[in-house]
Amino acid sequence: MMYHLRITFATATRILHQLSHDHRTVALIFLVPCLLLSILWWLFEDSRATFDHLAPALLGVFPFVLMFIITSITTLRERIGGTMERLMTAPMGKLDFMLGYMIAFGLLAIVQALLASSLLLYVFDLDIAGPDWFMVSVALCDALLGTALGLLVSAFARSEFQAVQFMPAFVLPQFLISGLLMPLDKMPELLETIAYFFPLTYAIDALNEVALHADLTDNAWRDLWVVVGCIVVAVLLGALTLRRKS
Amino acid sequence: MTAIVAEKVTVRKAKKAVLQDVSFAIQPGTVTGLIGPSGSGKTTLMRSIVGVQKIHGGTLEVFGQPAGSKMLRSKLGYVTQSPAIYLDLTVRQNLAYFAVLARASNKQIDEILAVVRLTDQKNQLAQTLSGGQQARVSLAIALLGDPDLLVLDEPTVGLDPLLREELWSLFADLAAKGKTLLISSHVMDEAERCNQLLLLREGRLLWSDSREALLKKTATSSVGDAFLKMVKGGEKS
Repeated sequence: MMYHLRITFATATRILHQLSHDHRTVALIFLVPCLLLSILWWLFEDSRATFDHLAPALLGVFPFVLMFIITSITTLRERIGGTMERLMTAPMGKLDFMLGYMIAFGLLAIVQALLASSLLLYVFDLDIAGPDWFMVSVALCDALLGTALGLLVSAFARSEFQAVQFMPAFVLPQFLISGLLMPLDKMPELLETIAYFFPLTYAIDALNEVALHADLTDNAWRDLWVVVGCIVVAVLLGALTLRRKS
Repeated sequence: MTAIVAEKVTVRKAKKAVLQDVSFAIQPGTVTGLIGPSGSGKTTLMRSIVGVQKIHGGTLEVFGQPAGSKMLRSKLGYVTQSPAIYLDLTVRQNLAYFAVLARASNKQIDEILAVVRLTDQKNQLAQTLSGGQQARVSLAIALLGDPDLLVLDEPTVGLDPLLREELWSLFADLAAKGKTLLISSHVMDEAERCNQLLLLREGRLLWSDSREALLKKTATSSVGDAFLKMVKGGEKS
C-alpha cells in the first residue's frame, strides 16, 4: 500500500518535472482559458447580461476541453515512446499510473481554475448570484473531468491523429447538447435524453444554477456530485482498460 | 531453479506465426545470446518473456512462474530496442523515477550512472543526448534494483567499441553473481561472448545450447559460419 502510494506520487512528480522543462506548455494551460474568456468579455461589451449568463458556463467548458487534449496526447506519447510498456513490466499498478496523472494535472487544474475565475470575478466584475467558491469548484472539477476522460480515451487511440480527433468526436457533441446553446427542455426529446448521459450537461447546469440562484440549490449539489462521480468512474475505467499485454 | 523454460511457445500476429513452437531452457547465472536476423522474432520472444506479449500457444515460465506474473515484475529489467526513457527529463530524473519503482537507493543511482559512464551528463535533458547515450540511460534504468533477470534487446548497437567491451564484461560480472541475462543481437561477433546461444530464424528456433556445442556440431570456428550451416542444413532436410 505504502509502496503504491509512493509510486503514485513519484509518477505525479515525474510528470510535473517533465512539464517544468516545457514552460510554453504550462503557460498555454494557464493562459488559454483566460484569453478565451477575455475575448468573450470583449464580444459582449454592450450586453452584460449575456456575458453574465455565458461566462460561468464557459468557465466550465474551456478547461475541460484543454485538459482533455493535453492528457490524451501526453499518455499517447508515453505509449508510443515505449515508457508505458516499460512501466507495465515494472511493479506499477494501473491505478498508480492513472492517479499519478490525476494528481499532476489536478494541481495544474487548480491554478488554471483560480486564474480564470479570478479574471472573471475581479477583472471583468462578473455578477453571479451564488457563492464564488462553488463556481470555482465546478470549474476545477470540469478540468479534472477533462483529465480523467482524456486518460480513458487515449487507451483507444493508436496514433496522434486519432487522439487529436477524439476531441471533436467526443467533446464537441457533448458541448452542443449540453444546454448552453439551447435549454434542455426545448431540445428534441431524444437529444435531451442523450444529454443526460453526458457529464458536461451536469457541469453546465451547476454553473447556470450558481449564476442564477443566491442559495445553493439541491440541483446544483446533485450536478456537482454527478461530475465528481464521473471523474471517479472514468479513472477506474481507465485503469481497467490499460493493457499490460498486447 | 531454471530461470526460463519455454515449451512450444507460439505467437501469431495478423494470423502469421511470428514464433512457432519455440522450446528452450535457460539456467541462472548465464549470458544467453538471442541471435537472428532482423524480423526473426527476437523482440517478440523477449516481450513474451517480460510478460507484455500475448502468447497463443505453449507455456512460458520465468523462475517457476508463468511469464507476466505479478511477482516477477520486481525481478526483471527490460531494455527495449529504442530507448524507453523520458526525453523531457534529465538523466538523473529518469533514473530517480524508475528507482522508486525498483526500490533502488540514491546511492545505487550514482553507482549505475558511473557504470554506464553518464555521470557527467546526469543533469542534461535526455533529448540532448546522442542515440548511444540515450540507449545507456535505458540500460541504466534496467539495472536499478539489481534484477535477477535482465532482458536486453540489442543493448550495444551504435556504442563506442571500448564501451561495448566494458558493457560485455559488466554482463559477465552480473552472470558470475548469479544473474541471468538474455541479450539479443543481429551481430554475430557478439554471439562469441555468450556461453549459451538461441539461434532464431523466421520464428523457429534453430539452436539452443552452448556455443561450444554449436561450433562442434557444425565443425565451424565462428557463430556466423555455424548459423549459415544450420540454415542451409535446415533447408536441405
